[in-house]
Amino acid sequence: MEDIIINENQIKQEEYIVNMGPQHPSTHGVLRLKISLKGETVEHIEPHCGYIHRGIEKMCERLTYQQIIHLTDRLDYLSAHTNNEAVCLLVENALQIEVPERVKYIRTILDELTRLASHQLWWCAFGMDLGALTTYFYGLRDRELILDIFEETTGARLLQSFNTPGGLMNDIHPNFIKKVKEFIVHFRKKLPEYDELLTGNVILRERTNDIGLLTLEEAISYGVTGPSGRASGFACDVRKHHPYSAYDKVDFKEILYTKGDCFHRYKARVEEMWESMKIIEQLIDNIPEGDYAVKMKPIIKLPEGEYYQRVEAARGEFGVYVLSTGEKYPYRVKFRSPNFSNLSAINKLGAGHKIADLVAIGGSLDLVIPDIDR
Amino acid sequence: MNNEQLKEKIYSIDSTINIVEGKQYLELNVAPEDLSKTALMLKNNPDLSFDYLICLTGNDLPDAYAVVYHLESTKHNHVVVLKVKAANRENPTLDTVSNIWITADFHEREVYDLIGITFNNHPDMRRIFLDEEDWVGYPLRKDYTDNNIVVR
Amino acid sequence: MTFNIYDFTSFNQWIDKTLYDNLPSFWALIIEMTLIGVAFLLFYAVIGLFLVYAERKVCAFIQNRVGPNRVGPYGIFQTIADFIKLLMKEIIPINNADKFLFNLAPFIVIIASFMAIAAIPFGKGLHAIDFNIGIFYVMAVSSLGVVGILLAGWSSNNKYSLIGAMRSGAQIVSYELSVGLSMVTMVILAGSMQLSEIVEAQRNGWFIFTGHIPAFIAFVIFLIASTAETNRGPFDLAEAESELTAGFHTEYSGIKFAFFFLAEYMNMFIVASIAATIFWGGWMPLHIGGWVGFNHAMDFIPPFFWYMGKTLIVIFLMMWFKWTFPRLRIDQLLKLEWKYLLPINLFNIILMALVVLMGWHF
Repeated sequence: MEDIIINENQIKQEEYIVNMGPQHPSTHGVLRLKISLKGETVEHIEPHCGYIHRGIEKMCERLTYQQIIHLTDRLDYLSAHTNNEAVCLLVENALQIEVPERVKYIRTILDELTRLASHQLWWCAFGMDLGALTTYFYGLRDRELILDIFEETTGARLLQSFNTPGGLMNDIHPNFIKKVKEFIVHFRKKLPEYDELLTGNVILRERTNDIGLLTLEEAISYGVTGPSGRASGFACDVRKHHPYSAYDKVDFKEILYTKGDCFHRYKARVEEMWESMKIIEQLIDNIPEGDYAVKMKPIIKLPEGEYYQRVEAARGEFGVYVLSTGEKYPYRVKFRSPNFSNLSAINKLGAGHKIADLVAIGGSLDLVIPDIDR
Repeated sequence: MNNEQLKEKIYSIDSTINIVEGKQYLELNVAPEDLSKTALMLKNNPDLSFDYLICLTGNDLPDAYAVVYHLESTKHNHVVVLKVKAANRENPTLDTVSNIWITADFHEREVYDLIGITFNNHPDMRRIFLDEEDWVGYPLRKDYTDNNIVVR
Repeated sequence: MTFNIYDFTSFNQWIDKTLYDNLPSFWALIIEMTLIGVAFLLFYAVIGLFLVYAERKVCAFIQNRVGPNRVGPYGIFQTIADFIKLLMKEIIPINNADKFLFNLAPFIVIIASFMAIAAIPFGKGLHAIDFNIGIFYVMAVSSLGVVGILLAGWSSNNKYSLIGAMRSGAQIVSYELSVGLSMVTMVILAGSMQLSEIVEAQRNGWFIFTGHIPAFIAFVIFLIASTAETNRGPFDLAEAESELTAGFHTEYSGIKFAFFFLAEYMNMFIVASIAATIFWGGWMPLHIGGWVGFNHAMDFIPPFFWYMGKTLIVIFLMMWFKWTFPRLRIDQLLKLEWKYLLPINLFNIILMALVVLMGWHF
């Protein structure tokens, strides 16, 4: 009998590749992460996007500016109002229209309500990602109140399309101010509950501290913006540095941390909720009287040239680039979506950690997939 | 720094760059072969330090395929737009800037996917949204046709 | 024959005697075994259904919800409806799965949990087998379930399942130690491994009180380790639905999934009853020294209810953690066991030995 000689080259070593997604509970949508594993440790992450690529940029080339607004809702559906506002501001700036103060105030309040709703949903989902299922119901309980306010004023709970070039679709509902005030009083009491349930929890601290570290230089280079970037110390708040609407009239703090791990990304969002409430409180009593929109021509034609408008969506900097040839349709529209840039850092953040950490990192980046795929 | 000072500053470093005052930002038109050099200069010069690539857009202009880079300096808070046109219309190629700003990695893949500009020295030049194997054409090109496009 | 709800010994003896008097001993044994089997199957089904309902209600109340409320008053028939649904669901065959092991795995899991209840004393004279090594038996049998979980994960031919099964393997092997050692601590105090004797030894005071500090430490360790051993949150890494979709039972459907599901609840019930038995006096009523009237009143509550009450309280505790804590990571889970629980446990055994030796217990 022959001796069995095992040649090391004959043993085929394969990477253990796991596809996280496109259907996976913690990718929050149809994102596919191709993960190479070594035991439980993630060696490399390769994101595969495009499962819900709808060609919104191509569609925009055949739509008028008023129509484009309705497509921006469908990018980051949790920052619908902010995305609408970006297009409106772009058109207004291009045509040099000064919108009434009232519009600016209402837009800012709705922006911050959107941000609150989005961060609440993120908080729910982040707890779920880490296995604390109860957070979901606490977050949704409070988010419901904001959605009710939206429903009453804008007619829609999620995809509002309330902005229009030159102002708003309609005036605010008579109950709006009262309801917003009630909500702020309610949520100021409820937000500490979030901390009690999750922030102070030992397991959460253990799970998120020193996980997915991103330095300031990396955050800037990867273009990681929003609370995720600010947790690394990247002062990227468009509201602060390039104020639009009524943000130059309010006093708020840009939440900055330096560590840039999952816990600080978590903390940055929770703190941002406090700041958002502060902004709303400063504006809600001072909404000036006036028109809710300026009269616009039914066909908007932007002068020839390139325009870029940046706003701060809940997940980071949202930008709209329009190249106009003077027609009623834009020649080219590009959306700079915050999640697309944030996603690009996921390999840097996740490699070397465990699978469970990857879920925590994904949760702390707060990805919304339609915004990535566009 | 406002746009005027910024313009002078850039001229003082490299007088060959064609700078146009755009509607919002300064627009720097560079030749494709100067792209890497100019990009590095913009990032590394301490007075400019454009370290944050906000947005990278591919355009199908009537005369050429072009890429627009929106750059910001997180230190000085000034913004500049870098514009470059790919020389060749049949087989457009440009140098990558993903070694300078890592975020360009994904954005350039997107431009490759939808506009069809190939980036030299890019670490992973593949389609990002559409199917690598069987998608024909580049959808954001003006001459792209598809039966499902609604024509008004 | 006297049927006494406080003491089943004479009732059982009467059944035994009647059967053996009237039938050949072989048939008498068969009938006895069948009777016990049927009784346990019924018990198992009722407890399983009740616990699923209880979990849904408890979790609903923790989460500001109402919970099941449609089928029957307060939704009490919800789990029965669910069970019928699971029975009627298609069992999806998996290509490339190891068919034999795939089908075997749920049975191993459920049999392991089924075997463990046999030794548990539900009341005075109310247990199937009173081993002299009862605790040892329960420990040995309940840890067999991991074989089923490993097989399920391996045979599904699914990467998530495999990771889940391996996690579960690592977890149960580690935590078995803590469960065992914390039981050993109590065995030292009781001086016996026979469950009926352990309960009897607590006639004058439950071990959690008489054993004071070391018993309390042992209880906390037991609670943590047994939660981990049953793969329940915050130690539900084997399932980890946000990471591994559903871990080892990803590919199971219909009644086979129901088996895993039921086994999880039964395991929870078993560890809770062990905790009740060795720490909280099993079916012994609460007695406080000197309070004669109170003690007498407590004696009126039948032992079975004492036992169930204590078990359900421990189960409630376990549900409470599950619905409030985030999940641990695998390395943290193992660190918790090997770096903290195990050394504390070993120290605690010495402490308990000292307490027993010096007579410092009550």
